[in-house]
Amino acid sequence: MILDIPAIFAIPLIVCCFLCLYRVLRGPTAADRIVAVDILGILVVGFCALFVIYTPRAFFMDIAIAWALLGFLGALTLAKYLEGKGLDE
Amino acid sequence: MKKLVLFIVSFITWLILTWTVYLPSLLIGVGVSLIVSFWFADIFIRHPQNFFQIKRFLYLLLYIPIFIFYCIVANLDVAYRVLHPKLPIEPGIVKVKTELSTLTGRVALANSITLTPGTLTVELTDDGYLYVHWINVKAIDVEEATKMIVKKFEPILKEVFG
Amino acid sequence: MNEAVVIAGKVLIFIGVIFDLLGCIGLVRLPDVYNRLQAATKCVTLGTCFILFGTFLAGGFLTKSILAIIFVVFSSPTAAHAIAHAAHRSKIKLWEKSVVDKYEEEKEKV
Repeated sequence: MILDIPAIFAIPLIVCCFLCLYRVLRGPTAADRIVAVDILGILVVGFCALFVIYTPRAFFMDIAIAWALLGFLGALTLAKYLEGKGLDE
Repeated sequence: MKKLVLFIVSFITWLILTWTVYLPSLLIGVGVSLIVSFWFADIFIRHPQNFFQIKRFLYLLLYIPIFIFYCIVANLDVAYRVLHPKLPIEPGIVKVKTELSTLTGRVALANSITLTPGTLTVELTDDGYLYVHWINVKAIDVEEATKMIVKKFEPILKEVFG
Repeated sequence: MNEAVVIAGKVLIFIGVIFDLLGCIGLVRLPDVYNRLQAATKCVTLGTCFILFGTFLAGGFLTKSILAIIFVVFSSPTAAHAIAHAAHRSKIKLWEKSVVDKYEEEKEKV
């Protein structure tokens, strides 16, 4: 069964990560880089979900939940920084 | 009242997260939910009486399939625009009006707009206007744009959060 | 029965990976930050939700993945809204072929 091979899912996700990194490197403005970092965070959540299926380590799902929330906080912080405000506004 | 609502929500979250009926775990969950509800109830919960109306949950169940349908349509739309060699986009920021009065309802509407075809909320003002970035502008006028963007969700969100 | 559920989960994961890939292609190809934000947020959010739901089916009904879906669906549009707002406030221009910008015209009043 072709869907039993983890590489079928992992290789497109790795290509996604490299596309995001390209945008981080090339992005003409700071906002482009922030978008790419935010998207990279959500991709990591997908990776953790893949680990849960193809390895016997179920605790990766906890890492996925924590990563989703921390990535959200990181994106908010970067957005506030871009706007030039303090973090308590 | 507010504290009770936040206690129920956080305890359900704890139950989903641990997914066990082992007694010490349940006791820890009760303790943590009590602490959370005593500290944060005044910040997060605005209209606690709305939580106990069963009708709102039924409308929420009706809203979820509609939302998923528009979400998948949005993704196919983005896929078409991205894979087309000429990039058929015509972006712009338009202004739409919403009649939802509660803050939770407006935030839910803004998030729904962001995940549905071709639109992204940029700003949410206090007097009920939303500035929406539209990837393929079809109407510049406030009325027309409202009809095309907001009217898909507003009636049912008004039942859930209004 | 169980086999069929596992296969359905893996098919869902595959669809999710394809959506992720489309979103990242959009992130590279589209011309300005708002369009990139649109394509990337929509496609990557739905793609990751498909992956998590496929994990729910194929990994023996893990309820944690449903919780992760709820968190991703709530947090990612909010983050996109914050980034778009901040980008507009820090005077990043729209693409030069854009049709209209009501927010720029009326920002003084807001």
